Amino acid sequence: MSTSWINLDALWKIIVVGLLLGAGLPALFAVGLRALSPAASATVATESGAGAAPASASLLGRVIAVLCFAIVLAAIGWGVYKIVHPN
Amino acid sequence: MLMALVVVTALGFDFTNGFHDTGNAMATSIATGALPPRIAVALSGVLNLVGAFLSFTVAATIASGLVQTHLVTPTVVFAGLVGGILWNLATWFLGIPSSSSHALIGGVIGSTIAAAGGHAVQWHGVTSKVIIPAVLSPVIAGGIAALGTYLVYKITQSVPQEQRKAGFRIGQIGSASMVSLAHGTNDAQKTMGVITLALIANGSLHAGSKAPVWVIVCCALAISLGTYIGGWRVIRALGKGLVEIEAPQGMAAESSSAAVILVSSSFGYSLSTTHVATGSILGSGVGKKGAEVRWGVAGQMATAWLLTLPCAGVVGALAYYAAHGIGGTAGVSAIFVVLVAASLGFYLRSRKSAVNPNNVNAEWSGSIAPGAAGLAAQPA
Repeated sequence: MSTSWINLDALWKIIVVGLLLGAGLPALFAVGLRALSPAASATVATESGAGAAPASASLLGRVIAVLCFAIVLAAIGWGVYKIVHPN
Repeated sequence: MLMALVVVTALGFDFTNGFHDTGNAMATSIATGALPPRIAVALSGVLNLVGAFLSFTVAATIASGLVQTHLVTPTVVFAGLVGGILWNLATWFLGIPSSSSHALIGGVIGSTIAAAGGHAVQWHGVTSKVIIPAVLSPVIAGGIAALGTYLVYKITQSVPQEQRKAGFRIGQIGSASMVSLAHGTNDAQKTMGVITLALIANGSLHAGSKAPVWVIVCCALAISLGTYIGGWRVIRALGKGLVEIEAPQGMAAESSSAAVILVSSSFGYSLSTTHVATGSILGSGVGKKGAEVRWGVAGQMATAWLLTLPCAGVVGALAYYAAHGIGGTAGVSAIFVVLVAASLGFYLRSRKSAVNPNNVNAEWSGSIAPGAAGLAAQPA
């Protein structure tokens, strides 16, 4: 649906995709940072009674972080691709 | 000779576009220390150069849908550029981030009206492709940045300060780079389109031609050089004047800008990077609890944005009347001389309150001028 002044169809798509990428990617990056942080995961661990704070991020933490950063990098790659091949 | 002046003026506009917009990508990274000032502008310059070569879909479409292009003459283009350049210089001098795209469009509309009357302007296109997006895009960008900022602070609240700062500074470099790349692609093409339009109007190219290679290369170089020179006054306004920015906010702001610019352009909307970037920075202030947002400064910027199209238009129209009045190449040459003199004037006057890499992050004390200690800091 669109009026002759605003293309509402494009507008809501821009907002949704913009939110996913513009807010979602930083959030994902933040998740990755948190997963890498021993202090942050220690808080979680001690709260669940798992024991003393580790010296560095757990294996799980590192895997999560790598996953998050990989998605962010892939999105950047997609962004560059869109620049080179706009439709 | 006439065309040479038009091309030189267009490249001059491209140069001002470069330094006016450096801040959109890099102000937040410079303000938080994610990148040292000189490295930030060098990186942005390189990325703008690369971006300018990545895509050439614009050709002569800058003015299509806005004015009736068959009524455009090289003198009209020249006068439009004069309007755009002078507005860019004035707002740079005052340290107000304003849209170079709007300055150009306003200038060309003004000179077209002076040359061919109001009916030569396609007002519906101007409203739906320029004005409405200009109003909506900073709001949308602000909303996205606000949400992004809120989320990143929430998610990392148990992460130690130093680690969080270091991590987001790295993130800032990535997001700021994306904005620089997107800017190079978007904005260099506008000048390429204007030069192509002038060449077509002059008969040197067939209607509907793509931008020639030399035009692409020159525009890419002009915008990247301008970016590297760095509009420090505008960088300071965006990085220090609007919101006291921390690294997580900076990353959220630039990510929002990059996303909005790229997604919109994939839908065919060529937005003003300045409007989007400023909206994002404001949003990142709103999204963080307790962040200081200077709404007064934001209001000044909004006023300047409202004035851009009409003011650039008036200057464009005046430039056209003068150039056309004198007539031919002599007219354009005369106005060219006036333009150079005015540009020099702005530059020299700006030295009294010079902002440079050493004082760009000085404490904000109510205006662009960095304060006595800041002014004493000379660039190395």
